[in-house]
Amino acid sequence: MSTPQDVPAGKHAARDAESQDTVSQGTVSHGSQQPRHGNGNGNGTSGVPLVRLTKAGKRYGAVIALSDITMEVGAGEVTCVLGDNGAGKSTLIKIIAGLHQPSSGTYEVEGTEVSFDSPRAALEMGIATVYQDLAVVPLMPVWRNFFLGNEVRKGLRMNIPFMKKTCKEELLAMGIDLRDVDQPIGTLSGGERQCVAISRAVHFGAKVLILDEPTAALGVKQSGVVLKYIIQARERGLGVIFITHNPHHAYPVGDRFLLLNRGKSLGYYEKSQITRDELTGLMAGGAELEQLSHELEGVGGAASELAHALETDVSGGHQSAAE
Amino acid sequence: MAQTAEAPVTPPPSLHDERVGRKSLLVRFLARPEAGAIAGAIVIYVFFFIIASPFRNANSFASVLYVTSTYGLMATPVALLMIGGEFDLSAGVAVTSSSLTASLFAYEFTTNAWVGVLVALVLSLFIAFLNGWIVVRTGIPSFLVTLGTFFMLQGLNIALTQTITNQVASPDISTLQGFSSARVVFSGSFTIGGVNIRTSVIYWIVFVLIATWILLRTHIGNWIFSAGGAPIAARAVGVPVARVKIGLFMAVGLMAWFTGMHTLFLFNTIQTSQGVGNEFVYIIAAVVGGCLLTGGYGSAVGAAIGALIFGMVNQGIVYAGWNPDWFQFFVGVLLLGAILLNTFIRRRAEAAA
Repeated sequence: MSTPQDVPAGKHAARDAESQDTVSQGTVSHGSQQPRHGNGNGNGTSGVPLVRLTKAGKRYGAVIALSDITMEVGAGEVTCVLGDNGAGKSTLIKIIAGLHQPSSGTYEVEGTEVSFDSPRAALEMGIATVYQDLAVVPLMPVWRNFFLGNEVRKGLRMNIPFMKKTCKEELLAMGIDLRDVDQPIGTLSGGERQCVAISRAVHFGAKVLILDEPTAALGVKQSGVVLKYIIQARERGLGVIFITHNPHHAYPVGDRFLLLNRGKSLGYYEKSQITRDELTGLMAGGAELEQLSHELEGVGGAASELAHALETDVSGGHQSAAE
Repeated sequence: MAQTAEAPVTPPPSLHDERVGRKSLLVRFLARPEAGAIAGAIVIYVFFFIIASPFRNANSFASVLYVTSTYGLMATPVALLMIGGEFDLSAGVAVTSSSLTASLFAYEFTTNAWVGVLVALVLSLFIAFLNGWIVVRTGIPSFLVTLGTFFMLQGLNIALTQTITNQVASPDISTLQGFSSARVVFSGSFTIGGVNIRTSVIYWIVFVLIATWILLRTHIGNWIFSAGGAPIAARAVGVPVARVKIGLFMAVGLMAWFTGMHTLFLFNTIQTSQGVGNEFVYIIAAVVGGCLLTGGYGSAVGAAIGALIFGMVNQGIVYAGWNPDWFQFFVGVLLLGAILLNTFIRRRAEAAA
C-alpha cells in the first residue's frame, strides 16, 4: 500500500489502536469487533465530527438521486464512499462540496447545521474538493498551479520566490519531492498531479478533503502513491472523504465505509465491522452475484464452475466475517 | 501527531535540486514560447540585410519599426486575449471605428479634439465590453461573436460616415482646437542621431513590457493563463474567469482606441474601409510569436517579435524592389512556417522538460 519510510506500519497501527482506545474505552484488544459508532465520537480529538450528514437526500424534480444518507468524517479520519456508476456518489459530493443543497435531512459542519450556496462558501468552512480531472491547468508551472486563485502578493506583483519555496516545501511535507516546481504540471504523472492538488487544498486551510475518484484513472503504482498521500493527509489531522469504486483502494486507508447503490445506502460500517472480502462482496453486489451464480448453475457445464467460483467468492466474505 | 518522527529525514528544501541537471542554455531558450519567433526574426533580418541594401540604413529600419509598432500595439492585447482563450475578429475595424468616432464627434459638434478622443475611448471600451460580456454570458465561441461585431462595426463605419459626411472618409480635423496637442501625444516623433523615430514605437515597447510584467509577475497573469488553459479548473479554485475574459476584451478595446487615435492624428482623416484584414495580422503576429490558438500558452514579447517579422517582411519587400503583390503570399508562408516550427519546438521542449 505505502512505502515503509513514509508511513511506518507500526505508527499506523499505533494510531489505529489509539483512536480505538479513546472510543471503546480501553476494551480488550485492538482487533476486537467493538463498534465505535453511535455517539459520533470517532476522532478522539474534538468529539464533534467535521462533517456529518443525517438522513440527507436529494431530488431533481421527480428523480430521487439520493435518499436517507447518514455519514460523517472526523479529524484524522478517512471515510470512504463506495458505489458503482450511478450510485449517487457525485450527488453526495456535490452536496458536501456546496454545489447543491440537500432536499431533505441535515448537513452539519463541526456540529453546526449549514446550507452552502456555493463551493466557495464550503471552502471557507474548510471543505475542499479535489476533482479527478479538473484540478489543474496542465500548461502552467507547478507553483503557479499551486497558488492559482490564492496568489501571494507583494504590492502589485506576486511574491514569486516565496511561492516557489512554499510550494516546494508543502509538496515535500506531503512526501512529493519534485525536481523543479517550474515545470508544467502537465509533465507530472497523474498521481503526482492529484497529490499537488491535495497538498494545495491542505496548504490553504482545508480541514476536510473530498477526493473524487482520485485513483480511477491511475495505474496500480500511481494509485498506491495517491493512497499514500491520503494517509499523509489523515496523519496531519484532516478529515478525508474518499470517493471510489475500488474496495481494494478503500479498505487499507478507510476508517468508515459508506456503500451506495442506486441512491440509497447499502450499509455504513466502521472498519472493525467489516472485512475486505465483505466489502468487496458488497461492492460487487453480493446478493446479485449470488443470484447470478444460481442462474449460471442452472446452465451447467463450464458455467456452473464459474458459479462455484462466484459462490466461494461471496460466501468466503461471510466466513471471514464470522471469524 | 506522529508526524515529528519522520521530520529528521526531510532535507531542508531548496529551490535548486541536484537532479535538475544543467539544462543547456539552448534547451531553456527553446522552451520559451517566443523561441521560434526570435529565430525566425533573425533569419528574416539577415535575409533582407543581405539582399536589400536600403534595409541596412538606420532610417529605413526606423520605418520598419514604425510599421511594426502600428501592428504591434494591437498584437499585444490580442496575444493576451488569445492566451486567455479567446479571439477578437473585430479588432481591426474597431481601430477604425474609434478614429471615426473621435473625428466625426469632434468635427460635427465642433468640440475640442480631446472631447472626441474621450468619446471614442468610452465607445471603444463599451464595444469591447459587449464582445466579452456576450462571450462569457452565452458561452458562444468568441470567434463567432466577434465575427458578428466585425461586420456590424464595418457596416456602421461605412454607412454612418456616408450618412453624416456624404463621403467615404472622415473630414479633416487638423483645424480643431486641441488637435496639435493630441498629435504630440498620439502621433509625435523625435530624432536621435539623425534617425527620425515615431513615439508609437516607444509606446509599443512600453505596452509590451507592461503586458509581459502583468503576464509573468502579477496574479492577473496567472489568471489569464489559467482562464485560457483550463477555465473550469481555474473557476474551481476561485479565479474569476468571466471577469478576466471581459477585462482582456476591454484591453483590446483600449489599444484599438490608442491605435485609432494614433492613425487619426497622424493623417488628420480616416478612410472608412480601413482596418479590414488587420485583425488577422494581429492574430498572425501572436501565433508566430508562440501563442497557442487554444489558449493558455504564449507571450507578449513573442507577439511583439511576430509583429516585427511582419513589419520586416512588409518593408523588406519594398526595399528589395520586389513586386509588393507578393507580400500576402509571404505572410501566408510565414504563418504556416511559424506554426510548424512552434509545434516542433514545443514537442521538443516538452520532451526535454
